[in-house]
Order: sequence, then C-alpha cells, then structure tokens
Amino acid sequence: MSTSLRNNSAVALAAAAFVLLLAGLTLAFYWVPNAPVEGFRQRIFYIHVPVALTSYACFGWAAWKALRLLWTRERRYDLESYTAVHMGVIFGILTLVTGSIWARTSWGVWWSWGERQLVLFLVLFLFYSAYFMLRYSVEPGPRRERMSAVYALFGVVLIPVSFMAIRLAEGLIHPVVFDRDPSDNLAASQLTTFVVCFAATLALAASLYVNELTGKRVDERLRELREALT
Amino acid sequence: MTSAEKYVTAAYLVVLGVLLAYLVIYAFKLSRLEREVGELTELARRRREAEPTPEPDREEVAP
Amino acid sequence: MNYLSDVGALARKDLRLELRSRDTFLSMVLFVVATLVVFSFSLPAGTAEEASYGLLWVALLFTAILGLTRAFAAEREQRLLDGLILAPCDRSAIWLGKAIAVLAFLALAEVVALPAFALFFEPVTWEVVAAVVLANLGLAAVGTLLAAMAAASRARELLLPLLLLPLAIPIVVGGVGASISDDPGRFLGFLGLYDLIFAILSWASFEYVVTE
Repeated sequence: MSTSLRNNSAVALAAAAFVLLLAGLTLAFYWVPNAPVEGFRQRIFYIHVPVALTSYACFGWAAWKALRLLWTRERRYDLESYTAVHMGVIFGILTLVTGSIWARTSWGVWWSWGERQLVLFLVLFLFYSAYFMLRYSVEPGPRRERMSAVYALFGVVLIPVSFMAIRLAEGLIHPVVFDRDPSDNLAASQLTTFVVCFAATLALAASLYVNELTGKRVDERLRELREALT
Repeated sequence: MTSAEKYVTAAYLVVLGVLLAYLVIYAFKLSRLEREVGELTELARRRREAEPTPEPDREEVAP
Repeated sequence: MNYLSDVGALARKDLRLELRSRDTFLSMVLFVVATLVVFSFSLPAGTAEEASYGLLWVALLFTAILGLTRAFAAEREQRLLDGLILAPCDRSAIWLGKAIAVLAFLALAEVVALPAFALFFEPVTWEVVAAVVLANLGLAAVGTLLAAMAAASRARELLLPLLLLPLAIPIVVGGVGASISDDPGRFLGFLGLYDLIFAILSWASFEYVVTE
C-alpha cells in the first residue's frame, strides 16, 4: 500500500470516528428517552456494551491476523496481531470500568460475580495480560511471532468456552443476580442509538489501531536504519 | 445532578479519559520518534561527508 | 504406524527418565498432600463441607502446574529440544508424547491425593473421579503446549502459571461443578468438550511453538 493511500484511509477512519462519536453521544444523551424501568442510569448501556463488543472484535481481529501469520509467515502480521490485542485490552479495561460503574448504579456494589460479562472480561483480561508477559520474556524473532500468534488463537477460542463455563457456574458456584439482559426488547430509538454508538466505538478502535500500527512500523524501520548506519 | 446522572457521566468520562491518556502517550512517542530521526539524519550526514576519502585510492588502482 | 510409534517412544523416554530420578513425581505427591493439609487450616469452622471440593481442585491445579514446570526442564538443561526437533518425526508427536507423560504423572499424584482428600475432607464420589480424569486430559493437553512456550522464554517458571491459570478456569468450573452439583452430567460434558477443543488446538499448533 502506498503511503498516500494508507494516509487517506487513516484520515477517513479518524473522520468517521469523530462524526459517529459525536452522533452517538448526542443520541445517547439528548434524543433517546429514559428507559421505562431503570431510568436515566440505563444510558450507560450505550457505552458499556459497544465497548465490550468492540473489545471482542479486536481480539477476533488479532486472532485473524495471527492465523494469517501462521499460514503465510509474513512478518507484518505479527505487528498487526499485537496491536489488535493491545486495542482489545484497552477496550477490555474500559468494559470492566464501565461495567463496574453500571453494577454500582444497579445494585450498589462495584463488583458482582453474578454479572456474566464482567467475569468473562476479567478472565480475558488475565489471559491477554499474560500475552504481553509472553512477548516481553521471549527474544524477538520468528519464534516469538509464532508463539504470540498461537496464544492469540487460544484466546479467541477461550471466549466462548469461558462464557459457557461462567454460565454453568451461575447459581452453583457464583451467586445468581437478577440478570439484566440488555438485548431484550429494545425500542426502536434505543436500537438506533445503540447501533450508532457501536459503530462509533468500532471506528474509534480502528482509528487508534491504524495509528498505533503506523507508529510501531516507523519504530521498527528506524531501528533497522540505525543498525544500518552504525 | 442526581446520583444516576453522576454515574452515567462518570462512565462516559472514563472513556474520554482513556482516550486522552492515549493521546498524551502518543505525543511522547512521536517526539521520541522525531528525536531519533534527527539523530539518524546526523549519522547519515556524517557518513556521507566521510565518504570522499576512499576514492583517491581507487583512482590509483585504475590503469 | 510410524506416528504412533514415535509418540510411544517419546512418552516412554520421559517416563523412564522419571522412573530413574523420581523427583518430579515425588515433589508432586508431597506438594498436593501438603497443600491439602494447609487448606485444612485455611477454612473457618462453620464453612460448608462442599467448600472443600473447591480446595481439592485448586490443589490439583497447582500440582499440575508444578509438574508441568518440570515438563520441559530436562530438555532445556541439555538442549535436547533442538535434537528432538531435528528428529525425523512430526512435531506434534513430541506434544502427544510429552502430554501422555504429563498425564501419567498427574494420574500417579492423584492416586495419592484423592484418598488423602477422602481421608481429610469429603468422600470422593465417582463423579469426582470422572471429573479428575477429564480435567487431567485438558490440563495435560494445554499445559504441555504452554510449558513449551514458557521453556523458550526468559521467565520460565514464572511464565507458565500466568499462561495456564486463565485457560484452567473452565476446568476448575467443570471439576467443582461436577463434584457438588445435583446434575454432574452437564459439567462432565463441558469438561469433555473443553478437552476436545483444546487438545485439537494444542496438537495442531505445537509445531509452530517449537520450531526456531
């Protein structure tokens, strides 16, 4: 990809993120009416769930790039996979924080083991934090790239498996909390707001991803340059 | 502001906060990259200036 | 079948090495019994009896980590892993052979651990045994792959628990669930599914982890 083409897509993504975020925030705060039962605090839904889904998307993207690395052995996929995991963890942390705030408004506690999404993200956070530990303790090279790729693939398989485990644990191991399922019975206005906010967080993640990837690639090239000159 | 409004706003502000933190970290990274480019440009320039000396040797070898 | 004979040879190598020195196996046995004794002091008097099943699973998990940390230790010390890779066998055979050896160690340690648990805490029902067997398969499969990763790193013993614990959470859920639930079948089925998924994944990706 020529640099001008890459710059254009980066700019386009950033512009899209800007527009969508603005639109989403406006809809979430000014347009959509209060939820009938929960009231004003339900509006956290419009940032918490999009951020969570975006995190899953990032991990999925990382696994896809990891698979490409193992298939084709092209080195560039390593940086792309790594950056995607990084984005996923950032949005994962955001999921945990916004989820915790939502738990506080709903039940008065900052944490609940009965809240499936929160527990799942905690497990994933542990898993992908270990990803960074793995990368930092192995010498850079094709072996580290392949190990990271395999681990990223394990992660994406762990998501549904963990979810199943958490559901099984409910009631028996962890306390049951009245499950507020956000996707039940969304009014049209709520759905629209949600979709716009989701698109916004996706665009934001994509924009940050492209930026960070460029930064990392420049880093790499500068290092090569330095080695060539000294 | 009701308690619910405070929490909702806090949630959105956290997202904004993380974004801004990211911006700051990125600004640091960019300035470091700029510095490195500057250093490498210096290195390259010094290399280029040091090059002319080998050529006289090569002229002697040519018949 | 060439593949299976390779696997058998590799597994036998590890088991024979262990039979000679016996240190990994003995440490695992001592560790699990010591952990159970420590646990007996950690729960307050009024705790439900079912809680001790949770302790059993934690003890088994940490014992597995102990055993797995040693899984590639010998190879690392004598650079045998490079030799193994040069050997004309499918890389995944190394994984299978090693996993079988790990499985054997785990099983032997549990032959001691489960009666000890039955003695100190709660009776060991057939559901618990079934869950332990299934959990062993999952732990050996995933653990062998992760141990190979950790062996290549600088952090080594520190890295393996970090990598294994998140992946082991579903196993603990399945195990504890099968031990205390009225409907253990669901949890045993889940453990079986976990084993199937992750064994295939580990088997397929092992060669990418060990090649230089």
